[in-house]
Amino acid sequence: MTHYLLKTPLTEEDVIELAAGDMVLLSGTIYTARDKAHSLMRSKGCPISLEGAALYHCGPLIRKDEVLSAGPTTSSRMARYTEEILRLGVRAIIGKGGLPGEPFRNRSVYLAYPGGCGAAAAKQLKVRAVHLQELGMAESLWELEAENFGPMIVAVDAHGKDMYEEVRRSAKNR
Amino acid sequence: MRSEVVEATMRVLQKAETSLPEWVIQLIVNAAERETKNVARSQLHFMLENVRIAMNEGLPLCQDTGLAIFHVEMGRDLILDFDLEEAIADGVRIATAKIPLRPNAVDPLTRKNSQDNTGQGLPDIILDQVSGKGLKITAFPKGAGSENMSLVGMLNPADNPFDFILDAVKDRAANACPPLFLGIGLGGTFDKAARLAKRALFNMPGSSPLEMDLLQRVNSLGIGTMGLGGDTTVLGVKIEMACCHTASLPVAINFQCWAHRSATEVIL
Repeated sequence: MTHYLLKTPLTEEDVIELAAGDMVLLSGTIYTARDKAHSLMRSKGCPISLEGAALYHCGPLIRKDEVLSAGPTTSSRMARYTEEILRLGVRAIIGKGGLPGEPFRNRSVYLAYPGGCGAAAAKQLKVRAVHLQELGMAESLWELEAENFGPMIVAVDAHGKDMYEEVRRSAKNR
Repeated sequence: MRSEVVEATMRVLQKAETSLPEWVIQLIVNAAERETKNVARSQLHFMLENVRIAMNEGLPLCQDTGLAIFHVEMGRDLILDFDLEEAIADGVRIATAKIPLRPNAVDPLTRKNSQDNTGQGLPDIILDQVSGKGLKITAFPKGAGSENMSLVGMLNPADNPFDFILDAVKDRAANACPPLFLGIGLGGTFDKAARLAKRALFNMPGSSPLEMDLLQRVNSLGIGTMGLGGDTTVLGVKIEMACCHTASLPVAINFQCWAHRSATEVIL
């Protein structure tokens, strides 16, 4: 388990170096997106550049411009969009519960933030801007400034290793 | 009296959203001490740190502040001159603005958000009559991550319900924010089984031989904290039963994430 301090924008080299089980603290810009933002990006395109971005599956609780609670949401609901999101240049998807690993191969990673830890996550995040605000608080695309965001576990790496799949397979054989 | 119900609703929601019951914290502390996998242990410690931050700063510990579910126990001899459901809904509206809570309630088809966590069928109030003139309210906000993984199976009476439960946990646990609490409804009808499973979560933790056996079998799967592997996949199992038709075997599993939020107040 190697510990990494990373900064956005993320490069291909940054994420290729990571291996499943490593721990990451991330600083820089993080974009939230969940169900409605993904659907809208598919139908109308993405309103911002996501080249080198970290995309966070999160529907935050925000009052005015203050992040009050902002843990991860279940990534599997967004699984149908993974390929097109990664094609936009996203280098890390952050969430909980995992995504099928194949689309990440040789270009990106999936980082697991501990679920339910919204209050702790909020201390690491500040609002910079909001896009697609018409979708409402939970569904907007929030542009957040992160400082040592984590601890996140590299759960799916760029080399075909998927911790969730390994655990699931092992559980099925018991 | 109405305003007391409104205010108590607001207070139990605030407490439920910004803290965890002591018995839940203790189970997580114990799991962290026992854990042999580094990844799981560090996440359990971070969860405990998150609860400390939420309690110290009065912040919702999870951004998914849930759907508003309440368990109300009301004395048979108590007569109220107001609509109890409306009073509780008013408390939810005030809590949404004041704590604040994330507005989560949407129309199932248009997906339009009511912005105040109330609407058709919400809050969901489970009412029990008890003897006397008392009135007790428990807030039980439920997030979607664990609720989405829940299911009802109409099994063949020849099937083993515990195999069904173990298969569901293997497929679904990682998305429900483990270590989990499992509320199991066994028997009844299609809808009764689901209600029993929700009630099982109210009545946590279980300690019968059947419950302890299921807990150990699930923990032997190694799914662990957040599905990344580890020794503790469930913190508690509770089974509620009802008789069922001789041709039926309904089984419901209501998944509950590690943040088993609830708070109770006796109003009368």
